[in-house]
Amino acid sequence: MSATTTDRAVSPWTLRWRRFRNHRTGLASLFVLFLLLVFVLAASPVAHYLGVDPYETDLLSQYSPPSAQHPLGTDDAGRDELIRLMLGGQISLLVGLLATGVGSVIGLFIGVVAGYFGGRTDALLMRFTDGMIALPLLPLLIVLGALDLTKLGFSSEFAHSSAAGFWRVVIIIALVDWTSIARLTRAATMALRDRDYVRSARASGGGAGYVMRTHILPNVATPLIVAVTLTVGRVILFESVLSFLGFGIVVPTPSWGNMLNNAQELVTTAPALAIYPGLLIFITVIAVNFLGDGLQHAFDPRSER
Amino acid sequence: MSPPLVTLENIQVHFTVNRRLLRAVENVSLEIAEGETLALVGESGSGKSTLGNVVAGLQRPTSGTMRFRGKAIDKAVRKETHKAIQIVFQDPFGALDPRMPVSAIIAEPLRIGGIGTPAERQARAAELVGQVGLPRDALNRYPHEFSGGQRQRIAIARALAPAPTLIVADEPLSALDVSIQSQVLNLFRALQEAAVQRGAGLAYLFISHDLAVVNHLADRVAVLYLGRLVEVAPRAELFDTPSHPYTQALLQAVPRIGKRRSRGVAIRGEMPSPLNPPPGCVFHPRCPKVQDICRTTPPQLESAPGRPAQLAACHFKE
Repeated sequence: MSATTTDRAVSPWTLRWRRFRNHRTGLASLFVLFLLLVFVLAASPVAHYLGVDPYETDLLSQYSPPSAQHPLGTDDAGRDELIRLMLGGQISLLVGLLATGVGSVIGLFIGVVAGYFGGRTDALLMRFTDGMIALPLLPLLIVLGALDLTKLGFSSEFAHSSAAGFWRVVIIIALVDWTSIARLTRAATMALRDRDYVRSARASGGGAGYVMRTHILPNVATPLIVAVTLTVGRVILFESVLSFLGFGIVVPTPSWGNMLNNAQELVTTAPALAIYPGLLIFITVIAVNFLGDGLQHAFDPRSER
Repeated sequence: MSPPLVTLENIQVHFTVNRRLLRAVENVSLEIAEGETLALVGESGSGKSTLGNVVAGLQRPTSGTMRFRGKAIDKAVRKETHKAIQIVFQDPFGALDPRMPVSAIIAEPLRIGGIGTPAERQARAAELVGQVGLPRDALNRYPHEFSGGQRQRIAIARALAPAPTLIVADEPLSALDVSIQSQVLNLFRALQEAAVQRGAGLAYLFISHDLAVVNHLADRVAVLYLGRLVEVAPRAELFDTPSHPYTQALLQAVPRIGKRRSRGVAIRGEMPSPLNPPPGCVFHPRCPKVQDICRTTPPQLESAPGRPAQLAACHFKE
């Protein structure tokens, strides 16, 4: 790349952005994710424009085919499918990103601290992680899902709102889904902590926080980004499992997960109802994965050709 | 007289390996003067890198004191040494963060120390790139784009950034091709001369097992065996009239063109394990001059007969 041959120093982030721009699928994925965002945010304007209420059931117009008022037809309760997909997308994308984000931050923190300090800290944190992995998931989910929020000091108004359901899902997923990231990060950190560049940073007075930020994190980014992007897709589906079990996002509030679940039993009568949310989840997962690919490319100077 | 740049007093470094005590460095006392090149030589496992780590602040000594310009190392002095003492490692491939552009690598000690503004640090990096003989466009490139010798130059530029008074160079040439070695060696010398011209002074603690390199660069030489100093002497004395039998054997072992290796003097066997050092003089199992006293009494580091600047730890030093 000709721009890098100037003798004026350019910040690492500028160089990373340049490399990302050169990664075509990564850039395309960013665009696709942007379109998805526009699509889900357009829910209430479009509902207003079409004059439909996504929560109003109308059993007389079940499974109606696409029409001017219902561009994608209606579902088993006669609700507009398009608007519900848009609204469901808001929930699903937000759950996917937030839960992955929170879980990754927990996993990253535990992994880097355990890997960098080693010894007793490492043993303690990793036994805790092992314990987390060993817990049977389903009973744990049921307990967490059945937790009475009013007993934790929340107002009963909040405890029964849909916001509580949403945060419950985010927190449950984040709490159980950080372990693989923690282990991955720990292994990568241990391989890095005795590198000479880490030691020369320490000799110049760089503390643990500095070393972790500047040397460990960028160098564990490659394996991590792959793991994180795979998590996003998994989390979106995980949310549907939780919804299926009856806590988290429950109907009538739509999410791609519960729409897909709901459509399972209707797959012979109305296959389109399964295809739409399935396709959107698929597109999201693919786009996030390619975005991860692009980020990996951006963070790895050796990828520049 | 002003105190020496670095003083090591009875430094000991012990590690626990499989619940056994490994004495990596035993009672080493040394001084490094301002602007001096002190070479630290010894076989692998002699503790020379560990001692270098102690000086660079990477290894806390088990006991003993290190002083910087006469001051014992406490928090405030440590802050000073973070700038004044830098380190260059053997492996130029592991010494540079592959994710950082060269400009960020070189400016790192300044960034950590909070010296200057980002623009000033970049300017300093650009200046250093020229000083160590790298192309100007190196700044925005990444370590993988450079050869071993060039990377070692980057590592040296990084060490030079905060204008240190001492660079600990831990076998900086061993991983390089012979032709590159001499270039980098000359760079070390040129940098020292440039520092003298600025009136600053740049000392090296040059860790090496290559005596030819040491002969080329060092002012004084310290020989380490099994974590103990066996001989400390000015370069000329050490090479002309080695006092300790181990030093003599080391010099004998250097292959020379056109000279047949004399037999019989070369030492046999390997260095004993530092987990289980022999009693008395640690060199006695391999020493050609061994007597009964060597098996029981460890010798002190004292002046060789008639040469006050040359110290050797041997009951029968020459």
